[in-house]
Amino acid sequence: MIPNDSPTDHPNAWPLWEVFVRSSRGLSHVHAGSLHAPDAAMALRNARDLYTRRNEGVSIWVVPADAISSSDPDSKGSFFESPQGKDYRHATYYTKSEGVKHL
Amino acid sequence: MTAPENTQNPQNAENNTDFAIEGHGDISVGVKGAGASGDGSASATRITPGNALRPEDIALEVRKGQVKPNEDVAEYALRLGDDGLILAQRLGHWISRAPELEEDVALGNIALDQLGHARSFLTYAGAAWDKSEDDLAYFRREHEFRSAHLFEQPNGDFAVTIARQFIVSYYQFELYKRLTGSSDQTIAAIAAKALKEVDYHRDHSAQWVLRLDGGTEESRRRIVRAFKLVWPYVEELFEDDELTARLAETGAGVQPSSLRADFDQLTGEILAEGGLDEELALERIPQSLGGGRQGKHSEHLGYLLAEMQVLAREHPGASW
Repeated sequence: MIPNDSPTDHPNAWPLWEVFVRSSRGLSHVHAGSLHAPDAAMALRNARDLYTRRNEGVSIWVVPADAISSSDPDSKGSFFESPQGKDYRHATYYTKSEGVKHL
Repeated sequence: MTAPENTQNPQNAENNTDFAIEGHGDISVGVKGAGASGDGSASATRITPGNALRPEDIALEVRKGQVKPNEDVAEYALRLGDDGLILAQRLGHWISRAPELEEDVALGNIALDQLGHARSFLTYAGAAWDKSEDDLAYFRREHEFRSAHLFEQPNGDFAVTIARQFIVSYYQFELYKRLTGSSDQTIAAIAAKALKEVDYHRDHSAQWVLRLDGGTEESRRRIVRAFKLVWPYVEELFEDDELTARLAETGAGVQPSSLRADFDQLTGEILAEGGLDEELALERIPQSLGGGRQGKHSEHLGYLLAEMQVLAREHPGASW
């Protein structure tokens, strides 16, 4: 049997944080990866050290990984496949009316 | 002060390609030439190394004969460079050994920052004696190094490394802050680049001092022990001598003693937060004799240099 190496087995293990980096002004923060840190202040510093070493960013967010709710990978079908084929939800589906400028 | 003796020149002079680091090449993206390492090609989607003073830029200026330190400034740059070099070698030892992967990278980053400062200072110092940074780093003997004793002290446990880094970064911050106004343009430029990095080192070590202090009984015991081990080497950092007096007069350098009040105040604030100051009673900790600036070192430096220099001495001129 493979031992379960989850953090709950190590009560002293640092919690997991997700890191978002904004690469320059005008862009949005993008998920860069994750890291372990004892608290938010240290998570920011670790993020700076791990994810902006090569001039990648001007701003960082860190979020406790367990504060993020994510969609269920098993429900991909019901969650994400419904919009497929609904081309009327795209602007290109419609023909331009005569005489309309600036479209 | 005499120039460092050097019996062996590992690289022959014709071998030097423009300013690119041998074996590494120019890391700039899309722009060729010294000093133009980024801005022109900067965009939202393309990562550039950015534009900052690099040791290669200083080496180029030296080679073109645009800068040359006088004997005093060179000796001063040697001291500052040796501090950074020896500490970088110490900190680099943590790589793959830190308590957490994240901290491994953090200490490695700090080591590389220190190495960067050292390369700049040693490149500049070497210009006075026609020596390269590598000549100075790899082909000087123990008594020719000018680093203070604190920098060569063993890493100990994580708490000792943090205590040493805490002292170093608060000292270097005050030093480089003043040196940005140096009458020597190159010293001022190196200090300006280093200042921002050292500012982060202060923050990193202060955060850890506070956490070790306020963490568990064990972490508190260790940080107390750590400060007792490294504090004896503080006094030496702030000792004035004839060289610093002459440099302070010309405005190229500062008297180390002039940094002490700010150092004491700022480190004191951090140490007081968790009551470490009272427990440590720092003013009662006896101080070591020092002597690093005159080449008199503790027993630790020789071993450190042996490891640091062996490859370059065994295979002079090697590149990879």
